Amino acid sequence: MPQHFVAPPQWEWYIVWYFFLGGLAGGAYALGAILRLMGDQRDAPVSRIAFLLTFPLLAICPILLTLDLGRPLRFWHMMIDSRTFTLNFKYWSPMSVGVWVLLVFSLFALISFLEAFGTWRSGKAPFLTGGLGRLFMIVGAFFGLFLAGYTGVLLSVSNQPVWSDTWALGGLFLASGLSVAAAALTLMTRLGRHEASAEAKLTRADRYFTILELVLLAAFFLSLGAVASQFLQPRWMALWAVVVIGIVVPFVLQFSSARAPAMLAAVLTLVGGLALRIVVVFGAQM
Amino acid sequence: MARTVGFFTDTTLCIGCKACEVACKEWNQLPGHAPAFGDGYDNTGQLDEQNWRHVQFHERTTAKGGVAWNMMSDVCKHCTQASCMEVCPTNAIIKTEFDTVYIQPSVCNGCRDCIAACPYHVIGFDEASGLAQKCTFCYDRLQANLLPACAKACPTESIKFGELGTMREIAGARLNQLRGQGMAEARLYGDKEYGGLHALFLLTDKPEAYGLPNAENAVLPSRNNIRNYLGSVVTAAIGVVGAVFAFRERGGKG
Repeated sequence: MPQHFVAPPQWEWYIVWYFFLGGLAGGAYALGAILRLMGDQRDAPVSRIAFLLTFPLLAICPILLTLDLGRPLRFWHMMIDSRTFTLNFKYWSPMSVGVWVLLVFSLFALISFLEAFGTWRSGKAPFLTGGLGRLFMIVGAFFGLFLAGYTGVLLSVSNQPVWSDTWALGGLFLASGLSVAAAALTLMTRLGRHEASAEAKLTRADRYFTILELVLLAAFFLSLGAVASQFLQPRWMALWAVVVIGIVVPFVLQFSSARAPAMLAAVLTLVGGLALRIVVVFGAQM
Repeated sequence: MARTVGFFTDTTLCIGCKACEVACKEWNQLPGHAPAFGDGYDNTGQLDEQNWRHVQFHERTTAKGGVAWNMMSDVCKHCTQASCMEVCPTNAIIKTEFDTVYIQPSVCNGCRDCIAACPYHVIGFDEASGLAQKCTFCYDRLQANLLPACAKACPTESIKFGELGTMREIAGARLNQLRGQGMAEARLYGDKEYGGLHALFLLTDKPEAYGLPNAENAVLPSRNNIRNYLGSVVTAAIGVVGAVFAFRERGGKG
């Protein structure tokens, strides 16, 4: 069993919400892009919802991160060396990488948001078309997926118990990000009474994400070995139950086409995704 | 004048007087926490943003069935390969001209990544200043050619200070002396860990008994980059293939 004598960094609610919103926004952009590139005309409204959702959620993220700092007004020290005024980038420090990914992805999300807003409110023709438009969305989806996954890598690149004892956290947060994004899009599609075919596609995709998340959750616990006992204390059991319910119950409910169960499934997935980040972030720091 | 400095803390000479803790707080103007009174002499508790020296008290049973009292004045190790410096996104954590590890208060923005990284529970977050804080190796005193406050105050010379090479020689000689006197459990800590520490310790028990990870567990945060990114890439690839497969299917059948 690995020895740990490290102090907790006191990363709490701001970080939990950032991890959740970052995963949701990154996953939503990727799904919106794939739906736009691979789907048909009837999927366009849902793809648009994805882009309309991504940027506002993403815009909250830097606010949360800044508020979490001991010196919020020095947030720019993350990007610019305050002594030499040169750019700061350390590829081996996920926090440094993540700051830049958040910034670059925000630009992609903003442009896609403006396009979606234009087609939605003013009936303008989409401008992200042709080869360049496709490339733009593919690169944007890459950064979105990176954002969804690197948060797990950030935790692992430390000497904290649990976080640094596994290889599976990046993948687990990424799979969860895709799953909560599919749930959020399903919820908004239902509320907006959009075309059913796109929703069926989202449901099918979420089945893959759910299986992926279950496999990674198992891998996470297996990779922890004896350290997993930290999570098996009674105080974390209720949260783990919420996580597991948020994965398993929606998977079952998806086979029902009735309105209420699909909405309930989406809500459970979202709550489970938040619970996963709460238990991983707080559970290792106790 | 640039030189490579080091501490050598000989725990067999420590009498637990805490003069090092007091001198450190006095010089560095650290108000400290309210002391915690438990069932031992340790009312400092741990190294953190206020405690840059911490005298540990450990009771242990000896091989002959007696009780030994192990005391150790713990401090930042000023690692050659420092975990805190590795993850710091702002470059607030630097190596000084004395080869010590220093958090620049004017640069740190209080993200606390270094706290998650330090394997020795050294750095703490100061609510008042909003900064990560730890032992500076008395950077200001070194620049003025003075001894660090803790080494200056230590009445038994348990805390020794000097050129790192000299400290290694003294530590090696002391280890041989103690072993020659039959103290088989004596050992050195810090000559190999993290590329060599700038705070060496002579211990009379295994490192983990003093809250120090053994050589196998003294590892850098960056060891986890590749395997975790790899897990993410594989997950992303499977997720994207799944989504493409699901979204390409025509019609509304579930």
